[in-house]
Amino acid sequence: MKWRYIKQNLFFGAVRLSALTITTAVVAILFYIFVNGISVISWDFLTLPPRDAMTKGGIMPAILGTVYLTSGAIIIALPLGVISAIYLNEYAKQGLVVRIIRVGVNCLAGVPSIVFGLFGLGLFVVFLQFGSCILSGALTLGFLILPTIIGASEEALKAVPQTFREASLALGVAKWQTIYRIVLPNALPGIMTGSILGIGRAAGETAPIMFTAAAFYTSKLPASIFDEVMALPYHIYVLATAGTHIEETRPIQYGTALMLVALVLGIDLIAIIIRSYIRRNRRW
Amino acid sequence: MVTIQDNCIIKVRNVDFYYGKFRALTDISMDFEKNRVTALIGPSGCGKSTLLRLLNRMNDLIDGSRVEGEVVFEGKNIYDQDIDPVEIRRRIGMVFQKPNPFPKSIFNNITYGPRLVGVRKKSDLEALVEQSLRQASLWDEAKDILGQSAMMLSGGQQQRVCIARALAMKPDVLLMDEPTSALDPISTAKIEELIEDLKKRYTIIIVTHNMQQAARISNYTGFFYLGKLIEYNPTEKIFTTPDVRQTEDYITGRFG
Repeated sequence: MKWRYIKQNLFFGAVRLSALTITTAVVAILFYIFVNGISVISWDFLTLPPRDAMTKGGIMPAILGTVYLTSGAIIIALPLGVISAIYLNEYAKQGLVVRIIRVGVNCLAGVPSIVFGLFGLGLFVVFLQFGSCILSGALTLGFLILPTIIGASEEALKAVPQTFREASLALGVAKWQTIYRIVLPNALPGIMTGSILGIGRAAGETAPIMFTAAAFYTSKLPASIFDEVMALPYHIYVLATAGTHIEETRPIQYGTALMLVALVLGIDLIAIIIRSYIRRNRRW
Repeated sequence: MVTIQDNCIIKVRNVDFYYGKFRALTDISMDFEKNRVTALIGPSGCGKSTLLRLLNRMNDLIDGSRVEGEVVFEGKNIYDQDIDPVEIRRRIGMVFQKPNPFPKSIFNNITYGPRLVGVRKKSDLEALVEQSLRQASLWDEAKDILGQSAMMLSGGQQQRVCIARALAMKPDVLLMDEPTSALDPISTAKIEELIEDLKKRYTIIIVTHNMQQAARISNYTGFFYLGKLIEYNPTEKIFTTPDVRQTEDYITGRFG
């Protein structure tokens, strides 16, 4: 065998090995959580609040809390992020100011989530006096995922061929209409990818909601956005570190983790299905 | 040089154009006659496409570009402060080098512009689609597949969709930037026939690399070189007895 074939095989081998490692890690984690968590999953576990100092009962308030917080974060971050991306990509004159904004966005992406938590505590909970509640938590998570959404949206807008913009403008269609009617619809699948990543991130984060929204324990369901909620990641954290029955509640911890993963994957799946449906109608 | 007295639709007067510091056009003055085909020819980078895109303010989109001089359309300089470029582009349509239909159905490609300027009634839109497609000689091929994506059509058909789309806005002038350079000879012939037909109703200004094409379809031809208008004359004269030596050299293929 010639040397270049050996080299090629070595290279392909390395590539395959990296891909395999990543896949194995993901599958292993999911499998581990599934095996350890499935035993406690039951209808009651999903629909009842915890009881007996959270050693028994279900996790329904935490599921609901996470759904509220995550949807809130997306509702806040998606319009803000998409509009920022439109400004940066379509309107702003490329220059120093835009470069500074981009650096800012990238820096924001690198800020540790606990810092977001403290920022949310300082600004929303204390200064604006929202208190620890869904609103504060959703705002904090919204800011956390903003860079992800801005980044993905910008990439998606850049991927829309310039010829589409030209074609529309040359017809005497105003710029904002061109963006609204041509650019945005064609960028939608990419924007959705960003949102999917954002949803996953927002649902899984503990630190940002610790001080801004999450309750240690509450059996009552939130009546408004100014109520505290339980949340899945924080619930896992509490059971695994702060309770008095850490060992006994292991199965519940795994069950909660399984639910969290299932919830995120479920949302992702829906988004992916919608996205592929949109993509089917838009090819260029 | 050509000066058109009564039937002139666009007058370009002493236009300089800059991309940043680079001067792409130098002191261009030319008149375009109504209901005629004017071809702009010249080697790559000579400024002919730049001039074309100046006529409907498409160059506005380029950061750091600058225009000096006047482009007078119906008695008004289109670079005046109070002129809305969107309005200009409705009157002066454009077809691009590469067919660029939207990823929408043929029907929606054509109705996209008219809908945004207020044509709502379904029967009006349908009539407009038929009329535009007929003018673009695509009706017979497309009438049964109006709901299909325009992206599924061949390159030549796509280009005719783009022409129909431009015509649906009922412009006065149609600018064409090398509209056949991405097409095969048969599609090219169809588009050329179409241009012949369209000049009855529209003024057509076409940039082309293909000198035979310019000779076949145009009434006037302007030859550009290095950002200057070297010669502007009736096409017959340019291709038989050009006034300027450089024009002859280019047309006979001695450089270019």
